[in-house]
Amino acid sequence: MEEILRIDHLYKRFEDMPVLKDINLTVNKGEVVVLVGPSGCGKSTLLRCINGLEDIQEGRVLLEGEVINPAGKTANKSRLKTGMVFQSYDLFPHKNILDNVILAPMKVQKRNRAEATEEALRMLDRVGLAERRDSYPRQLSGGQKQRVAIVRALMMHPEVLLFDEVTAALDPEMVHEVLNVILDLARQKRTMLIVTHEMAFAKAIADRIIFLDEGSIVEDSAPEKFFEAPETERARRFLSTFRYENVK
Amino acid sequence: MDPDILRSYIPMFSEAFLLTVRIGWIGILISLALGILCAFILYFRIPAASFLVKCYVELFRNTPLLVQLFFIYYGLPALGIRISAEVCGALGLGLLGGSYMTESIRSGLEAIPYIHTESALSLGMSRSQLFSSVILPQAFYISIPGIIANVIFLLKETSVFSAISLMDLMFRAKDLIGLYYNTTESLFLLVVFYVIMLLPVSVAGSVIEKKVRYRMFGD
Repeated sequence: MEEILRIDHLYKRFEDMPVLKDINLTVNKGEVVVLVGPSGCGKSTLLRCINGLEDIQEGRVLLEGEVINPAGKTANKSRLKTGMVFQSYDLFPHKNILDNVILAPMKVQKRNRAEATEEALRMLDRVGLAERRDSYPRQLSGGQKQRVAIVRALMMHPEVLLFDEVTAALDPEMVHEVLNVILDLARQKRTMLIVTHEMAFAKAIADRIIFLDEGSIVEDSAPEKFFEAPETERARRFLSTFRYENVK
Repeated sequence: MDPDILRSYIPMFSEAFLLTVRIGWIGILISLALGILCAFILYFRIPAASFLVKCYVELFRNTPLLVQLFFIYYGLPALGIRISAEVCGALGLGLLGGSYMTESIRSGLEAIPYIHTESALSLGMSRSQLFSSVILPQAFYISIPGIIANVIFLLKETSVFSAISLMDLMFRAKDLIGLYYNTTESLFLLVVFYVIMLLPVSVAGSVIEKKVRYRMFGD
């Protein structure tokens, strides 16, 4: 298997507070890696470090052998290799759906409008939203907005997709429509790192589960193993918070 | 009220009206230019310039236009700079308005949620692309009501121009009252002309706001 992403001895601190401690991780092409762990364990921060939204204090992030963080002056270019979708649907409210999707391809990649539009409509169609091209974000449901946000990230042809709790702010029915889009991407053999609290989804989609706690990788295993027989006590405790049979 | 007197006063009021509108709008254009410049300086936190802008805003927001006009009209000649009453009026209004416009425009810029910055950056956009395509258009829309309120406020502030001997509406009314004691007619025309000057601005303001809203957000 071909390695695409490598994180070497990454340390991240906010002021003096350590958030990530000595993270080492390699991801192969086409792999779907799901990051789980309690709130504040650093999983979102890890995605943001890969995307270059956060600077790191030690270590480095490499994509296809090229250092993308710390990236210095080439930060904007490095970011293009990773596509990020955030928890809050962050579409630009003053642009319609089509313009949201083609803004960055036109501005950053200098693609012409007709060509970008053609690809955008094809991709929007794939998530069932091509006919909403002229709508504005505020006219869409949360799930629809999140699907557009995914298309917007895909338009930049990133090597790796990063999903940061993309369903956390959605109603249950909408969670499903967004997760279906991500499943579709997994079938296309896209490399993805997904932070989620949807354990059933994690189990279904992941090739690997990374369990983070207090800024460190505690477990790195196949989903069957992680969910059936976690190695560490911390992981067992974490997983037990998703079960309710012993509550009463 | 005597209709004949009204009729005979209208040309004089019209003349004063044109002068008021002309100097008022020149002042407003100055205030907009100043406001945009100063708001950008504050938004980008440009080190020394930010401090100067803050001093300017506090100084001009917290002193009356009348006092500012006196300083410009009588102060500058003392420094050897001669300017006409008209230039003084426009400049004074522009400086006062600039401090208000700065805050209106800055509040629009600061209102854009940080997540837009992050998502634009994560799409590989540069800081300048982010600013021109994402921040500025949204900030412009948010600032419109504040800007229009300032425009109306500034047009009304022109009523102190009479203090530096500009023949504006207020000056004309006071002058005619002093000369002929036709107080009712003069004050009536004064009100009418102020409404003629300001009502279209108010109406146009809300039309612009709706149009921009529709163009930008689709409803």
